[in-house]
Amino acid sequence: MIRPQDLLCPRSEGLYCPPGDFYIDPVRPVARAVITHGHADHARAGHGAVLATPETLDIMGERYGLGFAETTQAAAYGEAVPRDEVEVTLVPAGHVLGSAQAVVRWKGLTMVVSGDYKRRRDPTCPAFEPVPCDVFISEATFGLPVFRHPDDREEISRLLRSVAQFPERSHLVGVYALGKAQRVIRLLREAGWERPIFVHGALERLNALYERHGVDLGPLEPATSARKQDFAGQIILAPPSATQDRWSRRFPDPVLAFASGWMQVRARARQRGVELPLVISDHADWDELTSTVDELRPGELWITHGREEALARWCELHGVPARALALVGYEEEDDD
Amino acid sequence: MRAFAELLDRLSLTGSRNAKLTLVRDYLKETPDPDRGWALAALTGDLAFDAAKPAFIRKAVEARMDPQLFGWSYDYVGDLAETVALVWPAKPGANREPELSEVVDALRGASRAEVQTLIEGWLDALQPTGRWALLKLMTGGLRVGLTARLAKRAVAEMGGVEPAEIEELWHALDPPYEDLFAWLEGRSDRPSSENPGRFRPAMLAQAIDEAVDFARLDPADYAAEWKWDGIRVQAVNEGGVRRLYTRTGDDISKTFPDVVDALDQEGVIDGELLVLRDGKVASFADLQQRLNRKTVDARTMAAFPAGIRAYDLLSEGAEDTRTLPFAERRKRLEAFVAREATSRIDLSPMQPFASWAEIAALRATPPAGDPQVAEGLMLKRWDSIYEAGRPKGPWFKWKRDPFLIDAVLMYAQRGHGKRSSFYSDYTFGVWTEDDGGKRVLTPVGKAYFGFTDDELKQIDKHVRDNTVERFGPVRSVRAEPLSGLVFEVAFEGLQRSTRHKSGVAMRFPRISRIRWDKPPGEADELTTLARMLEQMEGR
Repeated sequence: MIRPQDLLCPRSEGLYCPPGDFYIDPVRPVARAVITHGHADHARAGHGAVLATPETLDIMGERYGLGFAETTQAAAYGEAVPRDEVEVTLVPAGHVLGSAQAVVRWKGLTMVVSGDYKRRRDPTCPAFEPVPCDVFISEATFGLPVFRHPDDREEISRLLRSVAQFPERSHLVGVYALGKAQRVIRLLREAGWERPIFVHGALERLNALYERHGVDLGPLEPATSARKQDFAGQIILAPPSATQDRWSRRFPDPVLAFASGWMQVRARARQRGVELPLVISDHADWDELTSTVDELRPGELWITHGREEALARWCELHGVPARALALVGYEEEDDD
Repeated sequence: MRAFAELLDRLSLTGSRNAKLTLVRDYLKETPDPDRGWALAALTGDLAFDAAKPAFIRKAVEARMDPQLFGWSYDYVGDLAETVALVWPAKPGANREPELSEVVDALRGASRAEVQTLIEGWLDALQPTGRWALLKLMTGGLRVGLTARLAKRAVAEMGGVEPAEIEELWHALDPPYEDLFAWLEGRSDRPSSENPGRFRPAMLAQAIDEAVDFARLDPADYAAEWKWDGIRVQAVNEGGVRRLYTRTGDDISKTFPDVVDALDQEGVIDGELLVLRDGKVASFADLQQRLNRKTVDARTMAAFPAGIRAYDLLSEGAEDTRTLPFAERRKRLEAFVAREATSRIDLSPMQPFASWAEIAALRATPPAGDPQVAEGLMLKRWDSIYEAGRPKGPWFKWKRDPFLIDAVLMYAQRGHGKRSSFYSDYTFGVWTEDDGGKRVLTPVGKAYFGFTDDELKQIDKHVRDNTVERFGPVRSVRAEPLSGLVFEVAFEGLQRSTRHKSGVAMRFPRISRIRWDKPPGEADELTTLARMLEQMEGR
């Protein structure tokens, strides 16, 4: 009798696969790793051999330099790669460019590690593909019924309305450097914002990387290139930490915005002094988490990180056996 | 409802007064009648429902979802209306989203049982922000950080008229104010303000500039009187209507029925609302026991008897006296108050003087009794008419010099809006002894203004360079006898406080000077404040 925990089990380094001898998204250096996506808490430097999508390897190289691992192996989406007795397939997760679910098959048993994922459309990466499985291992970053992400186009149009309403001020939008920045830029372009978007230096390399991978971001300019008054009526993107830093003083009376799923909760916005919260997230919200479980109907649901207890409770109410793995080392949302 | 919800949402997170004005003004411009009028009434506090009690809302949501999941959600969010707005299961196509006016109309005509069904139907149809706005409206009190005064100012801006015009009209109008908007948009004449019991916009004084003004002003042109330390009010008895207003036009009649009952003669008095015991002014802390209550019980009224010390007479019988000179109004006021049968209304006495030096001496050493607790002096031109707003020249306030202490910066918090990149809100403390006899700092107040932009930059740098610990948006700053930053703090008075560990609370504290030169060890002691407090109380 094959048990799921013989194929994948939690260890302090991360989720370990004994028959394939590899870890998935380990938080410490290991000999063999499968990396689901490029956010820093999932993709760390210093592993022996790394298997990931070509985009994720590219992102890791950009961040850590080319020697970030001893050897790398690129696996395109859908390509089955053998690892000892096990077969690993990377399938789109819809989280950021290159993000993948790790599908692990062994002796007729299929387990899917979601990594971080979302179900809604993202113009910067391919959509999540559901894979029938015996065990689905899900994230639960936004695993509470209060997290219901609205349509991102509506959030962008609120931003543009505010820009029109306060033409004498600049709009400073906090975005994570990988994924969120490029998605917000694409959404702005789709909404008809054709003017240059000003960006903080920390976003430049990943913006260029996305462009190399065919995501057209339109005219971008460094946020240092204009005089203070010329930023009136403009949109500036910066990592969240910079929006409240002394760096932000170069802009005229900025309206502070922040694109994040956490902005759903007013107290979170207030805490950060955010005047215009934009609920735009690269993670599945409560409805996406639960409807994905409902759609896959796995034999078991394992929950890796986030708010495990509420999702486990939902599973209990809906007759899906669930357990929390309590993996440590993953941040609430990938704050670079 | 969508536009109204978005307005409330933005107001609740916007700190800047100008930005709030823009948000409200644009909303009023872009929203059709009658929705905008109902929204305005909600913002000014003239429209509030208590249609939905928290218990009902909780029950309704728990009938729709697992109570355990709701409980975790509520724990996380911490606010019932917001939690319910977020977790309420959407019913796509259940209904179309209601307009604000539909909600108001339905609520006004519905019985309590019907109201609950209506609310549940609306929650099914609305988006989360709309649900949040609806619940705020239903449970009374929007609390989005907008004063009625600012809302009315936005109305004035929208129509390009003076704010005083709106204030004067306001109490003659009823929501949804279609006649008001018609006038502001040039579609009809100004609505009549001849509404008995209405508020007359208050005349305010400018602060005197001692260095400039005394040299050019003739003391013979001016009357002087004490500036009493209560709240400025307007008491109206007109055509059978009796009302008490704050100087911004908020109707506080229900909070002070004892004062309203005492208004026997037809007329409008401008004066200071005080707690008066046997004709003697009690402390501002006593008055605070009466303020900000919706209703008041007999025991509180007996313990804190309120009254008015009269400054001016705006109307006598049916006659508007505001265009008479102050000297004439004053004579009429004296006769008016003399005819009052009640001790709840007395006269603010004039302080005769021949030279600026003489009145300056009076201000510096007020005589025993009530003047000891006056905030300072008022100077009014004898020939001044009663003019709405804050005209330059006719009236001056000349406040007593503030109290000063040297205190040590202990914590700094990030500001909001323009100041969000600066540590601009400061908690400061003075020295005391802890239980073990050790000399330690105890916080005595908080201030966030009184410094220039350049000084703010310097303090901000000091905070960042001397951070000891961080708690979210707050930093604890190095404060040791030989290392730290001393502020000279100015304040208007002290009160005993059980909420503050130090036992005292300051009124209107602000930073008056930054003492870069002074070692924190030489800042003031808590005993200094205790002594000041005793002096203030033992007058």
